[in-house]
Amino acid sequence: MATRKSAEKSNVSRDELLKYYRDMLLIRRFEEKAGQLYGMGMIGGFCHLYIGQEAVVVGLEAAAKEGDKRITSYRDHGHMLVAGMDPKGVMAELTGRIGGYSKGKGGSMHMFSREKHFYGGHGIVGAQVPLGTGLGFADKYKGNDNVTFVYFGDGAANQGQVYESYNMAELWNLPVIYVIENNQYAMGTSTKRATKSPNLWERGAAYGIKGEMVDGMDVMAVKAAAEKAVAVCRAGEGPYILEMMTYRYRGHSMSDPAKYRTREEVQKVRETRDAIEHVRELLIEGNLASDDDLKAIDKEIKAIVNEAADFSKESPEPDVSELWTDIYA
Amino acid sequence: MATQILMPALSPTMEEGTLAKWLVKEGDEVKSGMIIAEIETDKATMEFEAVDEGTVGKILIAEGTEGVKVNTPIAVLVEEGESAEDVAAPAAPVAAAPAPAAAPVAAAPAPAALVAPAKPDWPEGTAMKSMTVREALREAMAEEMRANENVFLMGEEVGEYQGAYKISQGLLDEFGARRVIDTPITEMGFAGLAVGAAWGGLNPIVEFMTFNFAMQAIDHIINSAAKTNYMSGGQLPCPIVFRGPNGAAARVAAQHSQDYAAWYSQIPGLKVVMPYTAADAKGLLKAAIRDPNPVVFLENEILYGRTFDVPVLDDFIVPIGKARIARPGKDVTIVSFGIGMTYALEAAERLAKDGIDAEVIDLRTIRPMDTATIIESVKKTNRLVTVEEGFPQSSVGNFISATVMQQAFDWLDAPVINLCGKDVPMPYAANLEKLALVTTDEVVAAVKQVTYR
Repeated sequence: MATRKSAEKSNVSRDELLKYYRDMLLIRRFEEKAGQLYGMGMIGGFCHLYIGQEAVVVGLEAAAKEGDKRITSYRDHGHMLVAGMDPKGVMAELTGRIGGYSKGKGGSMHMFSREKHFYGGHGIVGAQVPLGTGLGFADKYKGNDNVTFVYFGDGAANQGQVYESYNMAELWNLPVIYVIENNQYAMGTSTKRATKSPNLWERGAAYGIKGEMVDGMDVMAVKAAAEKAVAVCRAGEGPYILEMMTYRYRGHSMSDPAKYRTREEVQKVRETRDAIEHVRELLIEGNLASDDDLKAIDKEIKAIVNEAADFSKESPEPDVSELWTDIYA
Repeated sequence: MATQILMPALSPTMEEGTLAKWLVKEGDEVKSGMIIAEIETDKATMEFEAVDEGTVGKILIAEGTEGVKVNTPIAVLVEEGESAEDVAAPAAPVAAAPAPAAAPVAAAPAPAALVAPAKPDWPEGTAMKSMTVREALREAMAEEMRANENVFLMGEEVGEYQGAYKISQGLLDEFGARRVIDTPITEMGFAGLAVGAAWGGLNPIVEFMTFNFAMQAIDHIINSAAKTNYMSGGQLPCPIVFRGPNGAAARVAAQHSQDYAAWYSQIPGLKVVMPYTAADAKGLLKAAIRDPNPVVFLENEILYGRTFDVPVLDDFIVPIGKARIARPGKDVTIVSFGIGMTYALEAAERLAKDGIDAEVIDLRTIRPMDTATIIESVKKTNRLVTVEEGFPQSSVGNFISATVMQQAFDWLDAPVINLCGKDVPMPYAANLEKLALVTTDEVVAAVKQVTYR
């Protein structure tokens, strides 16, 4: 596994570091606000927050180009923000308003943006894996060099359809990067209680798929691994598996009391492995940014998130006629 | 500026809870993400994290308080320089999300009144040629693949084997392995993959060796293909055809003999087609491939080898959603689809000899259903029998009965009879299998019952 030390040696510019800091902070502050709105009853149903895992999607997206596609599970807010979707539209979907990406008809777990090549937001564990494999299939069929990032968790990694997908993806050399976000808990079941083969990425070897395990709390390690995987896939030698060792700080969903792990365990990760703190330290200790620089970013993010929250409250609920639209194309 | 901390909703159904424990006291500094209290909901005790940073200025609700309504201020955070004394009395609870307004339930838009003409779907004088359903299906795919580079066929044994039922015979030779793709035996995987490919701009035709095996893939047919256009606010339509033989074949027993017409017909977002003749098989499959929506196209192994006249036209399309009056009549309406039409038409011939003039409607599309044509016919005949091979409970016939009762009750002179397969898993023994299926004799008997003969 890549370590922090190796990442610190990598050639990452000040601008890149600042961008990662900003993007990760946007996710975190957005999610905190979503949690708050959920607590106020503004957001209903299920709401799965990405807090703690920010480095994964930010690092992966650093290796993407225009035309690349992404698809993930229901823990999808962070992926949308980094894909360039408007925080206002995402938050308004969470509150079920017409200004949301799905006009309020999809909610937290089912959001899409064809424009930003974000294909959901899927509520059925593991379903996005064959779906994303199909996105890669379409690009290969058309003969372009786009890749598809297919994100799924350690829980989905035990789904049969994941292996059906691996088999076809390698058989047909599809340009698909499978990103296993191993946050160590499938809802309340730790990976140790769900499988005896703990290295999830190694399962790809049974199908001949290359892969590796990555420190998913280190955005530069993630980016380095993503660049390698993307290069393999663009060269027509995909697929590729990246197992991101990460951690979610919050419960599985907002209504999860999280009794399956100790408060100390969570606190320890926050204190020693937090992805945002790590980049902050690099910026400050490397004299790449001042406290004031970072405070200015914090302020900017806070304004974006507050604007999104305001929009999500002001945007009206969908008109009742929307009940009957979009059933058929 | 001081910030109120509100009692949070910690489950989709929580309206109030117990403030079990404070983990901070007045004067403590809190950071975003810090656990500040424990709250009991109806289901569990939850930890409650701070969102904002600041100092706890005042605790407004003491620990142990039960029945604290969601959104009640429970504490106040102050910023540097402020003191708890500065904090004004808390304002009234912030209004929660707007309660679901008792808005009038919007009515479903009425389907366009489509009344099937009793004439064929091609111009008078069109040359006809004799063709099996199998050849018609193959021609439909070949024509659409020639016309559109993005149409491809995927499934088990569709390529080198030339199709388990020879529907794709010759397609690999003409279109190559890029567009005629043999898959591993992995229905859930390739059905999901094809849905993704449709979102990626292609027009997949997915062949299931039989629809019995599509049960392994039904999550992708329903949850992924049918619902995503709606869930995406219209951004992601799914132009895909799921096709293959459906229903009973011969002596293949329970797991290989099931009619899924009623199952799929329940799902908004899907179109469900079940042709009987070769002309309909060809015209409807071409329409299905061009449709921007997911279409479940239910074929029948026994019908594959049957021969019908098919119009010789450059581009013959049968619109989805339109029934066909296969035989005009005035005494009773028999509605069927797919192989059920065999029994319906045979019965009509026999009944004619007894002086009963039956009108036979071939539904062709199960969803969206051309109920207007059925209603029109019932208003003329005042009697209705439906015929299908599927199980009796929640059958397609049940839906037709309910529709006719609601829209043409006063025109009915007899209770509607729904003929279905028997309410048993399909047996293997030849004699029992025959008993489990609907028969022409049963159709004749049902018609005599509703006509009081």
